[in-house]
Amino acid sequence: MADDRMEDGRPKIDRRGALECMIWAGTGVLWTIAGGVPTSLGLVGEAFAADPKGFTFLQISDSHVGFEKPANPNALGTLKEAIAKVKAMSARPSFMIHTGDITHLSKPAEFDNAEQVISDAKLQVHYVPGEHDIIDEERGKAYLERYGKGSKGTGWYSFDDGGVHFIGLVNVVDLKGGGLGNLGADQLAWLEDDLKGKSDSTPVVVFAHIPLWIVYPQWGWGTEDGMRALTLLKRFGSVTVLNGHIHQLIQKVEGNVTFHTAMSTAFPQPAPGSAPSPGPMLVPAEKLRSVLGLSSVTVKQGQKPLAIVDTTLAG
Amino acid sequence: MIKPKDFGARVTTPTARRTVLRTALVLAFAAAGVRPGLAEDAKAKVTIDNFTFAPAKLTISAGTTVTWDNHDDIPHSVVEKNKLFRSKALDTDESYSFTFTSAGTYDYFCGLHPHMVGKIIVKP
Ligand SMILES: [Cu+2]
Repeated sequence: MADDRMEDGRPKIDRRGALECMIWAGTGVLWTIAGGVPTSLGLVGEAFAADPKGFTFLQISDSHVGFEKPANPNALGTLKEAIAKVKAMSARPSFMIHTGDITHLSKPAEFDNAEQVISDAKLQVHYVPGEHDIIDEERGKAYLERYGKGSKGTGWYSFDDGGVHFIGLVNVVDLKGGGLGNLGADQLAWLEDDLKGKSDSTPVVVFAHIPLWIVYPQWGWGTEDGMRALTLLKRFGSVTVLNGHIHQLIQKVEGNVTFHTAMSTAFPQPAPGSAPSPGPMLVPAEKLRSVLGLSSVTVKQGQKPLAIVDTTLAG
Repeated sequence: MIKPKDFGARVTTPTARRTVLRTALVLAFAAAGVRPGLAEDAKAKVTIDNFTFAPAKLTISAGTTVTWDNHDDIPHSVVEKNKLFRSKALDTDESYSFTFTSAGTYDYFCGLHPHMVGKIIVKP
């Protein structure tokens, strides 16, 4: 690979060493992480054939219910297709996490429609808000009333399942001019406290809407104080960070931490710096479903790395 | 591998309807006998395209009403740094206006995408 190009000729982005190489995938690729290096095991069909044993959960993201612009005139319809894929899975996942932008404009009808479609999967869903979910008149009240039960502050919480400690963080509230996503001092203090007493060998999954690391600051793709959260997680042997917001698959590994952003179920966004803005990307209608999708994460007992399978809505 | 460069077109939205409305509004004011030219009646515009406020820096005189028009397919908002004003989220083709009565420099940003920033300089 040349210094400034990825293998497929796209410019490689290297910003203060934060982001070394990003992997876009249009068709589902199974990634396993061994010795800190992500290894592609093949396409989704083969991956499912291998039937990874273990505890599996799903990540869906950026459903933007209410969006009806040319980039996808029917975001509710493609969410339905994603949920149909979930229902058709042979091995039933334990639950879903939704990494935000459930709705496009935080309207009650959008929340209602999203709930109606997502609940059809008949799985428990753990949500964190995106910036589109807190633009009601009272700035987040609608979200918290629906999804905030048992959460702290603006909606953060943690829970344990399948031997994994899950942490849902909120980095879309009270953002500062000129800045990026933000967790804030209260949430970081809570996180520090939450991790106390957890053994280093506990696998940790952290999920939030905006990427916790700096993907592309020119487009606001990163979290101002995300490094502070990652520092608190440093001692853990296996950390998986799941984000949304950028509507495309990016994965990287740094030490014990695997970073993963999911595709949207609504519309794609351009690769960093490849367009004048990060807004919705219009693709030919017949290609839309190849850039929308969801992710499945499997925790294999006795093995550190979690296996992540990204599946598109096409095929 | 899907290569994003395969898909080029960005979506833009028509502005004709809004322009017609604004023209009608200006005519209505004229008919009502509002004298043009005074600072109290002055109007200025900032457009939002491609996640950018344009012009990013706008100099006006006190009394001017600034209107922000969102032309993007994504909602944006207009938030003054010191909480002087804060719009609701503006969907495509929605706008927000604020009248600046005091001289000074006002920094603002988008509450959804805070990397979007702009500045209004108000002369006395
Ligand atoms: Cu914005």
